[in-house]
Amino acid sequence: MSHDPRALPEHPEWLWRTPEPKSSYDIVIVGAGGHGLATAFYLARQHGITNVAVLERGWLAGGNMARNTTIIRSNYLLEESAALYEHALRLWETWPDDLDYDFLFSQRGVLNLAHTLQDVRDSRRRVFSNQLGGVDAEWLTPDEVAKICPIINTSSDTRYPVLGATFQPRAGIAKHDHVAWALARQCDAMGIDLIQGCEVTGFVTSPDGDRVTGVHTSKGTINAGRIGLAAAGRTSVLTEQLGLRLPIQSHPLQALVSELLEPIHPTVVMSNHVHVYVSQAHKGELVLGAGVDAYNSYTQRGSIPVIEHQMAAAIELFPMFARAQVLRTWAGIVDVTPDASPVISPTPIENLFVNCGWGTGGFKATPAAGWTFAHTLATGAAHSLNAPYALDRFVTGALIDEHGAAAVAH
Amino acid sequence: MLLIECPWCGGRDETEFGYGGQAHVPYPEDPHALTDAQWAEYVFIRDNPRGPYAERWVHSAGCRRWFNAVRDTGTNDVKATYPIGARKPVTS
Ligand SMILES: Cc1cc2nc3c(=O)[nH]c(=O)nc-3n(C[C@H](O)[C@H](O)[C@H](O)COP(=O)(O)OP(=O)(O)OC[C@H]3O[C@@H](n4cnc5c(N)ncnc54)[C@H](O)[C@@H]3O)c2cc1C
Ligand SMILES: [Zn+2]
Repeated sequence: MSHDPRALPEHPEWLWRTPEPKSSYDIVIVGAGGHGLATAFYLARQHGITNVAVLERGWLAGGNMARNTTIIRSNYLLEESAALYEHALRLWETWPDDLDYDFLFSQRGVLNLAHTLQDVRDSRRRVFSNQLGGVDAEWLTPDEVAKICPIINTSSDTRYPVLGATFQPRAGIAKHDHVAWALARQCDAMGIDLIQGCEVTGFVTSPDGDRVTGVHTSKGTINAGRIGLAAAGRTSVLTEQLGLRLPIQSHPLQALVSELLEPIHPTVVMSNHVHVYVSQAHKGELVLGAGVDAYNSYTQRGSIPVIEHQMAAAIELFPMFARAQVLRTWAGIVDVTPDASPVISPTPIENLFVNCGWGTGGFKATPAAGWTFAHTLATGAAHSLNAPYALDRFVTGALIDEHGAAAVAH
Repeated sequence: MLLIECPWCGGRDETEFGYGGQAHVPYPEDPHALTDAQWAEYVFIRDNPRGPYAERWVHSAGCRRWFNAVRDTGTNDVKATYPIGARKPVTS
């Protein structure tokens, strides 16, 4: 093996089978992204349920799992969020051993920059809240920011000077598709059927429509004791067939990478105010992203001005990036809720459960989404971690309003 | 980038417009009569179809007027634009 830190790990010999679907399973999961796979993994691992199929209309982890910018952090403001994302981060810390697969999990820290006095107040409040909640967080002055990431322009002579930053040292990045393959390999080894090219086109319901008993798919009808949707941006298209309307809007979210560069960027930097975030992938690409395109769409592509904004913001913060070339831009379809928090919940339809609404920030939560959704599917009721994330919070008003509260929303 | 036909100014780049979400969602006639669930439906839930979608846009950098559009969210094709208050046109 080479010692080049940019080299990718070798794959194991064996990853997963390509089975034909059986006529019936205890649990059918729709969507083989990170969340569907992690759910299947914990169904088997934590609950001993292996008569499970994960159905995927495309190829395994070809949705947002392959399109995200892999930022992992847990420095959210609200208790419910910090608990869920910190649970995820602790599981991430065990996964490289547990999944027995190197996916380049790199805890290089995340800086969330503050550029206005209000940013400073909000950021310090979030640090205090994190510290009280057992999440590693500190407040840094501009000089301290420059020590951690020397390439940021911290001079006061800019349009939006860096007034400080929060720092979460345990945050980081990972190689997303390796995570999916690692999970898939474990699921397969425990007997779970991962079925690609199998689009769920409708549901089999009881005569009164109150209960689901199976799914219609491009590979025939499959009966299921319980059905869990982990279909990200396409969730509404599925539930609409049951007359179930969800508080979700599907938007394109774009990202881009530069050509491969020497390692120059040691951490992850996010700026809500200038509105961009940047890290450097192991192979050397700068990875940039920002907010969603404003309009609803299922097209997996967005508009160029959004990309131009991200690049302008990046150059404002990192003047040296002006000479980097864009290699590639792309988009995924993200499922955005009114309070920017997910829904992991039973539904009014018996035996139908949803894990959705992760919007722009669900990669970091992959282990916790799997953990809580598996619990919910196995027992029929929420785990204490996802109890606040029920569908009925939009009726009771108990929203988990993380909008803007926790820096850029990824 | 979308090219959007403002009913008053004609075709312009998307960057001149702001997005307003689903069109034809009337304010409840008697909000006090709504149950919590009906209120939640009005405040938080909008259609999210893959296909034709009637939605609001505002020509912020032009005439600054609101109007409606029917756009196919599966292709981004803008099928029609029409003034607020007009009926949703039939599109193919
Ligand atoms: C550009 C971009 C950047 C992002 N950056 C970050 C980040 O830095 N950090 C972070 O935490 N999050 C980030 N996210 C969000 C994150 O990617 C998502 O929240 C997360 O991946 C969603 O869970 P998933 O992996 O299961 O989704 P997906 O991988 O999208 O899985 C859903 C699967 O369901 C399948 N499916 C849908 N409908 C059907 C059907 N009818 N039948 C069968 N299968 C179906 C899809 O094909 C898809 O494979 C980003 C997203 C994007 C698009
Ligand atoms: Zn106009």
